Amino acid sequence: MSPSIGSLPPKYRVTVDPDRCMLCGRCVENCAYGAFRREGDRILTNSRVCTACHRCVAFCPRDAIDVVERPLDYRSHPVWTRGVREAIYNQARTGKIVLAGMGNALDYPMIFDRLVLDACQVTNPSIDPLREPMELRTYLGKKPQRLELARRGDGEVELLTELSPNLCLETPIMIGHMSYGAISLNAQLALAKGVTAAGTFMGTGEGGLPEPLRPYQDHMIVQVASGRFGVDIDYLERGAAIEIKIGQGAKPGIGGHLPGEKVDEAVSKTRMIPVGSDAISPAPHHDIYSIEDLAQLVRSLKEATEWKKPVFVKIAAVHNVAAIAAGIARSSADAVVVDGFRGGTGAAPRVFRDHVGIPVEAAVAAVDAKLRRQGIRNEVSVIASGGIRESTDVAKIIALGADAVYIGTAALVALGCRVCGNCYRGLCPWGIATQRQDLVDRIDPEAGGLQVSNLIHGWTLELMELMGAAGINSIESLRGNRDRLRGYMIDQALMDVLDVRSVGA
Amino acid sequence: MCGIIGVIDRSREPMDGTAIRRALSMMNERGSGEGAGYVVYGCYPEFRDYFALHVFFDNIHETKPRVDELLHQWGRVVHDEEIPTWDLPRLRKVHTPWRYFFRPDTRLMPRSTTPAEEIVTELVMRINTSVEGALVFSSGRNLGVFKAAGWPEEVADFYRIEEYEGHCWLAHNRYPTNTPGWWGGAHPFNLLDWSVVHNGEITSYGTNRRYIESFGYRCTMFTDTEVVAYLVDLLVRRHDLPEELAVTALAPPFWDEIDAMEDDRRRLHRALRLTYGSAMMNGPFAIVVANQESMVAFTDRSKLRPLVGAEHGDRLYVSSEEAAIRAMDPGITRVFMPRAGEPIVGRVVA
Repeated sequence: MSPSIGSLPPKYRVTVDPDRCMLCGRCVENCAYGAFRREGDRILTNSRVCTACHRCVAFCPRDAIDVVERPLDYRSHPVWTRGVREAIYNQARTGKIVLAGMGNALDYPMIFDRLVLDACQVTNPSIDPLREPMELRTYLGKKPQRLELARRGDGEVELLTELSPNLCLETPIMIGHMSYGAISLNAQLALAKGVTAAGTFMGTGEGGLPEPLRPYQDHMIVQVASGRFGVDIDYLERGAAIEIKIGQGAKPGIGGHLPGEKVDEAVSKTRMIPVGSDAISPAPHHDIYSIEDLAQLVRSLKEATEWKKPVFVKIAAVHNVAAIAAGIARSSADAVVVDGFRGGTGAAPRVFRDHVGIPVEAAVAAVDAKLRRQGIRNEVSVIASGGIRESTDVAKIIALGADAVYIGTAALVALGCRVCGNCYRGLCPWGIATQRQDLVDRIDPEAGGLQVSNLIHGWTLELMELMGAAGINSIESLRGNRDRLRGYMIDQALMDVLDVRSVGA
Repeated sequence: MCGIIGVIDRSREPMDGTAIRRALSMMNERGSGEGAGYVVYGCYPEFRDYFALHVFFDNIHETKPRVDELLHQWGRVVHDEEIPTWDLPRLRKVHTPWRYFFRPDTRLMPRSTTPAEEIVTELVMRINTSVEGALVFSSGRNLGVFKAAGWPEEVADFYRIEEYEGHCWLAHNRYPTNTPGWWGGAHPFNLLDWSVVHNGEITSYGTNRRYIESFGYRCTMFTDTEVVAYLVDLLVRRHDLPEELAVTALAPPFWDEIDAMEDDRRRLHRALRLTYGSAMMNGPFAIVVANQESMVAFTDRSKLRPLVGAEHGDRLYVSSEEAAIRAMDPGITRVFMPRAGEPIVGRVVA
């Protein structure tokens, strides 16, 4: 609070209905922010600290708690929104950059929700995935443009082409990179158990590979980012694949910062930095100032791991994403990850989160089209991430040209996350974005793993049904198949970029 | 729905168009009288070294000079004429079908291993995309496509199909949903030596078209079938795959089947699916593809469209219906049904 600005209207109001409350105290125990306290035979609340994480609501046995958003709002104004005004108060007080969590929070139109999928009627039969095979297996990595064959004496054909190593996914849904440090060990363990059960992969993020995750390393993609935290040869060799992170959709063009308070003994070990020191990932990699430098790093990582592992390169979806992806395709990289501007993060400057970058739908369509035009689409797989919320988003982005997706927020929601957006505070009452042991213990990795694999499994079943309805029994035939999409109320310029036609056309 | 039929004589004995006209009409239940067509291999022996370009002109005074000019830029026309037709009361002649016998100047494509074919492909794509009112619908050596909007017997009589002879024929009886009444939309579709007839709908067309266009082909006929001709051309001519493997790439075994194969075959089939995933065709279909030397018929991986084969001496027949084959040749000795995705292959031996 500042003397001349005073306090701002509370974001939420928490009330406890004394008639329903049985004074069990679960709300007091569960709230990491201290919104509840017991005084005599009453529960009192401090609404100002509430984040609407709903931990209290979820564990109140009597439904006695109410959380109301914006109980007292500013005078409404279409230009001077609450967010804009509060950012100004905030900066007037601090003179600093305003930080925010999760993904883009501005009210841009959601392209996914303006695309509709196709289904068969009469002229071709839809396919019932319960009766007929339905193939979602996806290989990520370089594929040859053509095969060299030799005809043997006995008439059989022999394959001369040596294929590059590819990752084999049983479903085109992976979990993106969320580092140990940004999220808790139990959260990572749950994700790891989930992807292992689902036959897919997850990213380590730039936080190293903590020892308890090693049993799942065959399903982990290890990340090399600009801080190089946790990177050594042992780490590289343990991963199923390696990912170079150039940029992130939530904050294109800038680096990352793990505050020293979060660097405890364990985090310090996996990141290979002293306890309590800030982990700062610079904006660029300081050995990559051009595309040929990236090509060198890709080759160095491949040399170090004897060309046995695919190497991915992740970039934020920015205006020139297609040309950048084409440059990456010309290196030895096996996949390019396109991270859209709705991608989540533990913490990002608000202006970056909300204003820099482009949506993943347009980015993937542009990348796929550019790679095809240059005849190099087989050189790399395209992984879409940033704002994938449900199975239809997966189907649509694959139809726009992606090979597979990374999900992030959706996987955390499967662990209980309520998208309150306070990840950067380290007090996550769900035990996800925190290192405080009593909070971390709230996640049972076994049960969490089941929730995560259930989610992937449920989406996979829906994907099969959507494909079957479209008369497609293999994911390859959905990839880039924009003919099976139609745009609903999308302007012509964007339709041209997406290469889709209007509904009815 | 559509009805398809094909025959190849392995000793290159010629057959005239009488029998296939009868067979195709047998399947009129599968058509709607809005499109039919034939392709015959070996029909122009006197011009066997020249590419026979069949073109629909909307207006021979306005558009033909532009095609003539393009052909003269790229090679030499040794002979050209209007394709002989009979006037029929029920078949309105909306285009003038013309044929050129053309030899490309291979010096103009010095870096290609198949320069003549490259030039002709380029010309076909260019005329079909940029010369309004002209459509090249047949471009191979010693073969000809004859197609129009109408019932099979009308189209046959219009083109005097009984007067042509060849050792391999494909024919198609169309029930259109996409482009009814348009002559260019009738089958067979042809590029260079390859001709295709197709019954079904390719649900992966959007993927296949974008894939094939990245190799310089242009889909201009608003239908999913032409993409098959281009895919076969890419896989067999440009990528040098044996025909059986090209079919495997287009309609591959399921992963479960591939996983169960022994090592070498598993490696090969996995490589085919990885490399040609975007060429793989999905949806219900039965397809017959032919060139001078062979005829290949196959269905989708679940066999959602009918396909039957039959033999009589050196002759191999494939069709949607056994009845059609019997109408063509009552003396057939063996009738068989291929499994889903399994090709029927006939090759000339002489």
